[in-house]
Amino acid sequence: MSPLSRREFVGAGVAAGAGLVIGFYLPHKGSAQRESFSPNAYLRIMPDNKVTIVVARSEMGQGIRTALPMILAEELEADWKQIEIEQAGASTLYGDQTTGGSASIRTTWDPMRKAGATAREMLISAAALTWSVPRSSCTAESGHIKHAASGRTLSYGDLVDKASTLPIPSDVPLKQSKDYKIVGQRLARVDSPDKVKGEAIYGIDFRLPGSKYAVLSRCPVIGGKASSFDDKESKKIAGVSYVGKISDSAVAVVADSVWGAMEGRRVLNVTWDEGANKDLNTAGIMASLKQAASKKGVNLYAAGEPAKASGRKITAEYSLPFMAHAPMEPGNCTAHYQGTKCEMWIPTQVPQDCRDSVATAIGLDSDQVKVNVTLMGGGFGRRLEHDYAVEAALVSKAINGPVKVVWSREDDMRFSTYRPASLHQLSATLDGSGIPTGLTHRIIAPSISGQKGMPVPNGVDPDLPDEAGPVYGVPNYLIESVLVETPVPLGWMRSVYALQAAFALESFIDELATAAGKDPLKYRLQLLAKDQDLPYYTTTWHTARMRAVLQLAAEKSAWDKPLPPGRYRGVACFGCFQSYMAEVVEISMEKDQPKVHRVVAVVDCGQVVNPSILEQQIQGGIVYGLGNALRAKITVEKGRIVQGNFDDYTPLRMDETPVVEVYAVPSAELPTGIGEPSVPPIAPALCNAIYAATKKRIRALPILNS
Amino acid sequence: MADITLRVNGSEKKVSVSPETPLLWVLRDTLELTGTKFGCGAGLCGACTVHVDGNPIRSCSTPISQVSGKNVITIEGLGANGLHVLQQAWIAEEVPQCGYCQTGQIMSAAALLAKTPNPTDDQITQAMNGNLCRCGTYERIRKAIHRAANGGAR
Repeated sequence: MSPLSRREFVGAGVAAGAGLVIGFYLPHKGSAQRESFSPNAYLRIMPDNKVTIVVARSEMGQGIRTALPMILAEELEADWKQIEIEQAGASTLYGDQTTGGSASIRTTWDPMRKAGATAREMLISAAALTWSVPRSSCTAESGHIKHAASGRTLSYGDLVDKASTLPIPSDVPLKQSKDYKIVGQRLARVDSPDKVKGEAIYGIDFRLPGSKYAVLSRCPVIGGKASSFDDKESKKIAGVSYVGKISDSAVAVVADSVWGAMEGRRVLNVTWDEGANKDLNTAGIMASLKQAASKKGVNLYAAGEPAKASGRKITAEYSLPFMAHAPMEPGNCTAHYQGTKCEMWIPTQVPQDCRDSVATAIGLDSDQVKVNVTLMGGGFGRRLEHDYAVEAALVSKAINGPVKVVWSREDDMRFSTYRPASLHQLSATLDGSGIPTGLTHRIIAPSISGQKGMPVPNGVDPDLPDEAGPVYGVPNYLIESVLVETPVPLGWMRSVYALQAAFALESFIDELATAAGKDPLKYRLQLLAKDQDLPYYTTTWHTARMRAVLQLAAEKSAWDKPLPPGRYRGVACFGCFQSYMAEVVEISMEKDQPKVHRVVAVVDCGQVVNPSILEQQIQGGIVYGLGNALRAKITVEKGRIVQGNFDDYTPLRMDETPVVEVYAVPSAELPTGIGEPSVPPIAPALCNAIYAATKKRIRALPILNS
Repeated sequence: MADITLRVNGSEKKVSVSPETPLLWVLRDTLELTGTKFGCGAGLCGACTVHVDGNPIRSCSTPISQVSGKNVITIEGLGANGLHVLQQAWIAEEVPQCGYCQTGQIMSAAALLAKTPNPTDDQITQAMNGNLCRCGTYERIRKAIHRAANGGAR
């Protein structure tokens, strides 16, 4: 799978709604005695009733190894206790296996349901044939087919042989949401026990017999190269067996322990060619955004003509810095190059991209590279890159043996791909009652895909259609994207451009409410009062759904009731990844700094698959987003990333974590994204609460830097 | 290189490594106990937390020479007979998301409960504030500690 198709798949999947899995049906095997019943690549049923469900997306904490099998098991009418989970590596059987864009559930909902329903229908047929009774007299329930009239029962395992001989139906009935027994339940995650026992194997824990360990010395200046190196001191470190340049910009130190390799790198002397970016700094980058703002961009959304709206004009400018994902598990990858093949063990969100990049880097064909997907200690988009996979393959080839490349925290912080810095110009025209008749949001930011050489169709970064859509039905409404270039490596970080878009828009809406002299929540409800469909690329946003989310947030936060003295509230709402989200933040100010006490979060993400996992994702997204809002800032000086560890890039800790109440609007609509939508509203909701407390408007993140 | 003897999860272990090697890497690479995690290498995130003679320490910043002859307990040895009450509470409250930091979180929580069997919210915050979680599981961690302190009930 070429990286070109990565994000397009998400959009296409949503548009087509279903049936995207390539090579979905496996050919029947010819043998009479079958080991298992496997009508498709997602499912195997064994004679002993063991049901194995294959998960073709990556588990990075979002609960996908539990949620995706629940969808299949629901249609299969399986006994959840009999389910075993198998993680797929890079494959050709499952379409695009990219895990990102809050897309796993929404793009595999149909294939997983059909995979389960197909098997269920075949098992019913097999039982009916066995008993010589009509199919319609048989029912599937909890891993068995039952014939009520005669009281007979066969387990799925009993039917493996018979079912395997049957033709695979192409059009199978799917269950109605009212009949769900598994989907919608708070089933325990399948991965918790191993994780609390310390038995879960993350990429960094995987070990091949005889494997060496490697760390890399990379040019500290963005885009710089290694001219030469002196490894005399490194070779003196016990266990160091190899030092060598593995690419233009990196020198690898290989040892028989991680610590040995790190020590070898500490005393390695590399002469760098710092290249064109040696004077790059943050001030210059932000100035280039400002400069680009004078250019005309591309319209992402255009309703009416905001320029012609007449009334009171209000404008404001907002900015956000670069940010780093900083997952807890630093980058790592094990590779075993063996001449005509290479096997990899990678904590990755893109197994297929890793396979293809590795193949190119070491001169093999893609089918000679086998990629195994391990558990991930967080992803947040950082593992949509394949840098450490390529490094590991190159080192393995250089030493002709198995090796695990490990990144330090400083490596992760300084050689990451960063959330793009951005500038936002907002303007509105208010009518006599303070309601906007015109609204313009200009997003000035670099393109992540563009920088990576991926397509930017019609000048639109392919992420913006999922992340920067309209929220309100303003009659003259323009959303414009101005793309700029930056040398700072860019990556997709949890909620991607939605974070920037929501911060600017929802802060500005609050400013408008203030200008109109209205309550900020009621003002938003007024802007959503009319039922309107707002088409935006492959999604149509419905003001009615956002209104319902916001109304529930008002109710659950008791917005109409006064707060105790010293407490203040802020609200924001936003839609992204096809989901609707509203958040109400309650704060107090302590020594000029906000203390967040409580967040009420309301989502409409269609059908909920597992409410416990949904809560995890929303609570986690809010904690992640609060960290982003308060302090996350990556800066560049002399071409180098300044921040290096959790002392100068400081995520939220327990003492700053509020109580987060999560509510989902009951819905039987198709499920939509949930990993990311809770992140964007939290920064503007918090800034709006700070305004309520201090009358100080924050127009640049992070808050504690303003 | 030095020969160093220590007790890990109740058994005596003799390792031959350079004396400044952090305990973390001896546990992970030499003794193959990978439940203890590498997060920052600087004592800032708590993912590497283990107990040395009953006290929670950051194994990434503790040279092996300092634990010579001492008793080290890792996540693998926390529950002497099956799951520790905290591990059970962690499952019951559905704490882990990615799970990477959770073994360190549980070791910090276990050290807290050993000294303070019924901690207040403030005591929990104080004991756990050195443990980072990027998935944002702090609220459920707090609930799980209260649950464990209550003998497994909520």
